[in-house]
Amino acid sequence: MSQRLIICVMLLCLPSFTAFAGDGREKSVAPLDGDNPLSNLWSGFYYAKPQTKQMQLDDFENPGLLYVEEGADIWNSRAGEAKKSCASCHGKGDVSMKEAGARYPVYSARLKKLVNLEQRINLCRTDFQKASAFKYESRELLSLTAFVRHQSKGVPVRVNIKGAAKPFFEKGKAFYYQRRGQLDMACNHCHEDNYGKYIRSNLLSQGQANGFPTYRLKWQGLGSLHRRFRGCNSQVRATPFAFGADEYVNLELYLNWRGSGLEVETPAVRN
Amino acid sequence: MFGAVSLVVANPFTLLAQDSKQSLVNYEIVDVIQSKSIPKSLTGKRGDKKRGEALMIQRSKGNCLACHQVSLFEEKAKTDPNAYGDMGEVGPTLDKVAKRYKEGQLRLLLVDAKQVFPETIMPSFYRVENLHRVGKKFKDKPILGPQEIEDVLSFLLSLK
Ligand code: HEC
Ligand code: HEC
Repeated sequence: MSQRLIICVMLLCLPSFTAFAGDGREKSVAPLDGDNPLSNLWSGFYYAKPQTKQMQLDDFENPGLLYVEEGADIWNSRAGEAKKSCASCHGKGDVSMKEAGARYPVYSARLKKLVNLEQRINLCRTDFQKASAFKYESRELLSLTAFVRHQSKGVPVRVNIKGAAKPFFEKGKAFYYQRRGQLDMACNHCHEDNYGKYIRSNLLSQGQANGFPTYRLKWQGLGSLHRRFRGCNSQVRATPFAFGADEYVNLELYLNWRGSGLEVETPAVRN
Repeated sequence: MFGAVSLVVANPFTLLAQDSKQSLVNYEIVDVIQSKSIPKSLTGKRGDKKRGEALMIQRSKGNCLACHQVSLFEEKAKTDPNAYGDMGEVGPTLDKVAKRYKEGQLRLLLVDAKQVFPETIMPSFYRVENLHRVGKKFKDKPILGPQEIEDVLSFLLSLK
């Protein structure tokens, strides 16, 4: 069968990647929380085709890094009535944003709900720069989010699900296990029960969030985690939610908890 | 590719499209010592094996090969990889499936596999209630029509 062949080819290619073993991508890591239903965490990187992995790891080839560069330009440009840049307040991203990309979404006491990184960035746009919010999934917001999260590359994901965040975490969990769409499938059917197996020509991963925003070859561009959620909802013939919807931000927290322990990889490259 | 066959399957929902609220045909589930089945044909007619094969491989219809394997198709995949290639690994092989199950059991597995395996990933091909946030285009429509269920069943029954 053709997939057997692909597996064989992948196995043959493995030795050339052993150099990266130990960085949490070619081998699994233990989840930080013992309650995690997954006993071993595998980044989606592990399930990618060898040439896709190569593309992600090579700074000259990774097309996501173009967006990161654009994000750096926005970071340093003054904007809005306040005529301030992100850097005016946060200085160099590599210091101030080292951890942020690994611990979002977080609970906002002011908004009384979770905010993810995209939304936190837009809050700084509107509140501090006195500029208009970037549209979700716009090139600007994707680039800036990729820039910010890239600063946390290599930092293990670790989200807070306690206290005020707890009810939102529970909602995200319920969403994850809810069957939906005409095909009547929940996230767990593909990403918990069947990872490591082919569904048609797609090798199923654990559906981890540690590489987002991610450059997808299929998209020919960078996309947010919520774009991926919309795709995974639509493919089971369910009505997706809007970008930035509370439902997706809650799911994002739950998913990041499932991946707590995996290193941030932004920008990852995937099929 | 399938000539007349694809004509027939091209618009399977014509019946339902006229009135998407139209109720599905009735069927009776028989439960004999932990072995549920739907003994009678959903339409009262026999299925068409060739049409069933076409429905199984069609990605917008049964798309059975997304998860299941059929050894018989491996040979065909060599000349027609688009139609028969990329068989998935999520479900069990369908080889000899008619030896493992009786006709009525297989019919129920197609109609609503969750009646037998509550946790299964397998879609319920002929059920429209108790579904969550179904996309507009698909609302109140089963994945396969009643005769299509019989057609697929007819092909499965040939796998002995
Ligand atoms: C006028 C100063 C100011 C500007 C300009 C500003 N920020 Fe902020 N930013 C803050 C403050 C203050 C906080 C903490 C807010 C809070 O916790 O409520 C913050 C928080 C953040 C956080 C969350 C960090 C964390 O660890 O939780 C991110 C991410 C962020 N800003 C990104 C940006 C980006 C991107 C820009 C440019 C579009 C920007 N900020 C512009 C002041 C600013
Ligand atoms: C029918 C199977 C199926 C279901 C159900 C499904 N997905 Fe996916 N998902 C896929 C496939 C196929 C891919 C691409 C290959 C891979 O990474 O698994 C994917 C990819 C992903 C990715 C990207 C992983 C990466 O490393 O880039 C995320 C995140 C994800 N899914 C989340 C979800 C969530 C959350 C749900 C439930 C709302 C869900 N998926 C439901 C099939 C599914």
